[in-house]
Amino acid sequence: MSTVTVARTPVRPARILLHLFLAGAALAWLAPLLWAVYAAMRPYGETSEKGYVSWPDTLNFDNFTNAYQQSDMTHYFVNTLIIAVPAVLLTLFLSSMVAFYVSRFDFRLNLALLLVFTAGNLLPQQVIITPLYRLYLLIDLPGITMSGKLYDSALGLVLIHVAFQSGFCAFVLSNYMRTLPHELTEAALVDGASVWRMYWQIVLPLCRPAMAALATLLSIWIYNDFFWALVLISTGENMPITSALNNLTGTYFTDPNLVAAGALLTAIPTLIVYFVLQRQFVSGLTLGANKG
Amino acid sequence: MSTQITAEIPEAADVPPPGAAPAPKARSGHRRLLTRRDRLTLGLMAGLPTILHIALVWVTALASIALAFTTWDGIGFDSIQWVGLQNFRELFEQNPQFWPAVQHNVIWFVVLIVIPTPLGLFLAVQLDKKIRFSRVYQTAFFLPVVMSMAVIGFVWQLIYNPDTGLINSFIGANEPGKYIDWIGDPDLNLWAILIAASWRHAGYMMILYLAGLKGVDPSLREASALDGAGEWQTFKNVIFPTLRPTNTVVLVVTIIEALRAFDLVYVFNGGAEGTELLSILVTSNIIGESSRIGYGSAIAVVLLLISLVVIIPYLVSTFRKERRA
Repeated sequence: MSTVTVARTPVRPARILLHLFLAGAALAWLAPLLWAVYAAMRPYGETSEKGYVSWPDTLNFDNFTNAYQQSDMTHYFVNTLIIAVPAVLLTLFLSSMVAFYVSRFDFRLNLALLLVFTAGNLLPQQVIITPLYRLYLLIDLPGITMSGKLYDSALGLVLIHVAFQSGFCAFVLSNYMRTLPHELTEAALVDGASVWRMYWQIVLPLCRPAMAALATLLSIWIYNDFFWALVLISTGENMPITSALNNLTGTYFTDPNLVAAGALLTAIPTLIVYFVLQRQFVSGLTLGANKG
Repeated sequence: MSTQITAEIPEAADVPPPGAAPAPKARSGHRRLLTRRDRLTLGLMAGLPTILHIALVWVTALASIALAFTTWDGIGFDSIQWVGLQNFRELFEQNPQFWPAVQHNVIWFVVLIVIPTPLGLFLAVQLDKKIRFSRVYQTAFFLPVVMSMAVIGFVWQLIYNPDTGLINSFIGANEPGKYIDWIGDPDLNLWAILIAASWRHAGYMMILYLAGLKGVDPSLREASALDGAGEWQTFKNVIFPTLRPTNTVVLVVTIIEALRAFDLVYVFNGGAEGTELLSILVTSNIIGESSRIGYGSAIAVVLLLISLVVIIPYLVSTFRKERRA
């Protein structure tokens, strides 16, 4: 074994080649984004005169500030927060309850229940959108939502996100909870602890790693959602940022440099979450997949 | 964690659990200890999320099927009329966009599984070699997966735009007469979008395969190396076969991605000629100028049937494994 490590210490040409390849590929992968950053940092006047493929005279962040202020992006970021925060919390809460039931109480239903949840999560959204859209128009909620209906409301979006995403989370969490020793809950039950206490004080705290991973994943997914809001929100003002981007382009983002700036600004929160919580994100993504 | 467990076990031993049976039976013992209130709590805990999920996902999916056999203008339930297979007949025989859309969905899948998926596997294998800067490379390849499809659509527009985009500016095709219309030309635009989709998909697949490779027993690799097998032979004969579970997930994920493809195309060119997809056709029947509920549902049913052909076998095999475990 030691001879192998000794033999590996000198840098082999194959390794250098591999590094060259990977570095080149990584740069190529980042190129579209770097191009967007480059376009966003140049004034429109300069690019229309000299063309986009040209050496820059000025580089600044004016397009970013203009794109942000002209379109009142704060408003759309707040819209996203109003939808994403309750949706993530509620999804985790509800799916962990289902997972708790399915993994701890061996009733006959549990496999079927998990099957229904998982299958529902795999359906393309367009399969259910037509009736869902009609349903949202039919449900009157006077005084509860601004629109008086489930349609065109943050509540409506929260509900569909929760319903759709809880499938995946229930599946992941039930797999996770199954790995917790059964003695834990058995002992509590014998002690006379209620089912709710078992869930809230024993099982849930132990699921923290899985919950953190799922929370990261869900936040990014829900933030990135484009389709639900596109169809289920009619007022441009009520749209979360990702879907609003489409309307803002053409109205406020009138040249490619502003479009680039607007798109990059929209991506920034996801990038921050990703860089800070990369491990959570990746483990969330593979928690579900590993089990296949 | 382990201290908590040991702290509670002695108490459990004081009151012998019913039957004092091994683990599987003790689980049903759980039930016998439940009070009425516990049962109610459990019912609510499992029931409420299930009702929400079924109401919004499955009832609507079934409603799609039912509505596919009707025409409805959406105003009042009285105007729902049963028309049998008429929507489907019209869809299959008269809609000039339907078959191209099916074809494009199939192309989408084939391209994703043939190009970025093997590329993702290749990258994963390289990055799994305990190589320096592995994290940096991973971050670069995975970055597109974190961004929304909508943002990706806008970013790639900056590359493909016939007037101002990177490609045409670079090759000098941005002058009238020399235009290459990557976004509008029906012979080109699907491939242009698929490059963007592949850009994202490769990173996604890389992460799935990296996780799969972590699960491969290192002694397998050592044994193979001792037998004198080369890198490629080891991969082909030893590593790849053990990645079977990951391959299944990758296949399912890729098919579902191909069926779900929507945002990118919608942002890129709104699903113009050359890039029609089933998801785009369904959506344009809701938010387009002509809202045809029954007809849109018929397209959704086609999408549903294709999805179920993939989902059902996958779940059956997954859960069969679970039950055995």
